[in-house]
Amino acid sequence: MTQSKTASRFLPIAGILLLIFFAVWYPRYIDKQNVWNLFFLICLQITLGQSWNILGGFGGQTSLGHAAFFGIGALVTRTLWLNGQPFALAFVAGGLTAVTFAMLIGAPTFRLRGAYFAIGTLGVAEVLRITVSQKIPYISTMSGAMIATYDLSPRYHLALGLATVTTGAAYLLLRSPWSLGILALREDEEAAQATGVHVLRHKLLALALSSFFAGLAGGVFAYQQISYYPSAPFSPIWTFDALLITFIGGLGTLSGPVIGAIFFTVVRDKLAVNWVEFHQVIFGVLFILIVLIFPGGLVEAWERLKKIFMNMSLRAR
Amino acid sequence: MSIETFLQTLVFGLFTGGIYGVAAMGLALVFGVLKMLNIAHGELVMLGGYVSFWVFSAFGMDPFVSLAIVIPALFILGLILDRTVYRHIVRLLGEEKIKNSLLVSFGLTLVLQNLAQWLFTADERSIQVAYAGDGLNVFGVLMPYTRLGTLLVALAVTLALNYFLRKTYPGKAILATAEDFEAAELAGINIHRVYMMTFALGAALASIAGTFVTVTYGLSPSIGIIWTLKALIVIVLAGTGSILGAFPAGILLGVVEALSGTFIDPSYREVVGLVIFILVLIVRPQGLFVRNG
Repeated sequence: MTQSKTASRFLPIAGILLLIFFAVWYPRYIDKQNVWNLFFLICLQITLGQSWNILGGFGGQTSLGHAAFFGIGALVTRTLWLNGQPFALAFVAGGLTAVTFAMLIGAPTFRLRGAYFAIGTLGVAEVLRITVSQKIPYISTMSGAMIATYDLSPRYHLALGLATVTTGAAYLLLRSPWSLGILALREDEEAAQATGVHVLRHKLLALALSSFFAGLAGGVFAYQQISYYPSAPFSPIWTFDALLITFIGGLGTLSGPVIGAIFFTVVRDKLAVNWVEFHQVIFGVLFILIVLIFPGGLVEAWERLKKIFMNMSLRAR
Repeated sequence: MSIETFLQTLVFGLFTGGIYGVAAMGLALVFGVLKMLNIAHGELVMLGGYVSFWVFSAFGMDPFVSLAIVIPALFILGLILDRTVYRHIVRLLGEEKIKNSLLVSFGLTLVLQNLAQWLFTADERSIQVAYAGDGLNVFGVLMPYTRLGTLLVALAVTLALNYFLRKTYPGKAILATAEDFEAAELAGINIHRVYMMTFALGAALASIAGTFVTVTYGLSPSIGIIWTLKALIVIVLAGTGSILGAFPAGILLGVVEALSGTFIDPSYREVVGLVIFILVLIVRPQGLFVRNG
């Protein structure tokens, strides 16, 4: 009994260390452009999915405008950085600006029940996308000197670090006393309020964390892309990716977004080769099916399999 | 700033607002009766626009006449979507229902948009009727016939919907279900049929807006989400649950957008709607066109 308990405590840590070791070693070992890119994307998607999960999975507040925070992070970081500010400063400024916007939309909409928050976030994302594409319609490109010294590996390591920190923050949040209030919101908002949970404060805390990491993810995107349209990171596709990753992996679980991001990014990479136009349709249909039929995602599927397996081994004994 | 510029802006705001109103009435109807928020409403607007466009380019049929084809086409598509997707959500209750409808319809948005891109390409299209350049000139204020036509049809549709909901038996059944679905069911109303018909009716209203968009602006597979957003802002303005209030609220949004576009800065036009949305939520969350909150 005690042996299995220490084993069950030790196993996840070993697994995580192994995963991080693999993520550091493998791209270096293969050292091909497309492997670096794929691993970079996976880390970016883990951060996006996990940050959506903090608000949508733990707090139960559906945001349809995650792209807004991602886009703001990218825009602010890129603008400051290309205008000569140190990257670290621009990176943090991007995250904080995203939080500011999130508070502006969260404070009035969270007071009301229902879909107001979802409408508000969707609205912010779309309005920013349209306005940015009108105000800054030209491509943002790195300077020649930057391109000459461009190297993917520090960019990938930043993304990997951010994905680890975001998942770590989600873990610490779950361990903190705040998590009780945030999880209670998801289960029953009225009951939570009746038992003395400050509903608005907990919602805003989850939103602040969520938008901060989404903004930082945008900063990483701005750091990695050599050239892109400034309105591109505001596209609803980014929101959809975050949603899909969380639901494929397992809504409201810590490992869900990580598993979801790896699965989604690798499968999309393969699909995009053969069905350039069609792969979004496939993922859209997959998402609808998961929400309707199997809301637990891969994590729940694994738990069920484990249960069946354990029952079988018990019976065999 | 001359009085003519002001009046001209006002009139064009009215024309645009009429389209917002029709698009929003469809969304408000579905929201009020099925109690779910259909983010894919704008995609129905877009698909309606494409049906109108193809009927025009294949048979040269006038877009105002081809409404007779476009409306039934989207009504049927609405029935299909309700049977295949939305009927699974309608069963849920309260918050769970809204949340799932948001998620599923957001996914459907992506599916429909990418399907449209695959079927119709990303090219921007529009209908240019022979009388597109003609119009009335009232004291220096131009009113193109196409724009006047859309506003008149929008008004007629609003009046017809009003009559249908308040005076006919199926309409009253829809309103009764919106008010209290359990009581409606006890009174012998087949609420699942009401849900199905309401969703299809919402899709039909979206198709009318889509036709107007194709006649007056342009059409491409990516316009859907913009129209969803306009319709959402309008129903928050009108007060969620107010179906017919969506029309005046749409007109209001159109006029305010047009005025701010002309007098402040056209590139911030889109921001205005969002600012209105947040202000309304802070000051009067029950909406502007609801008598008691």
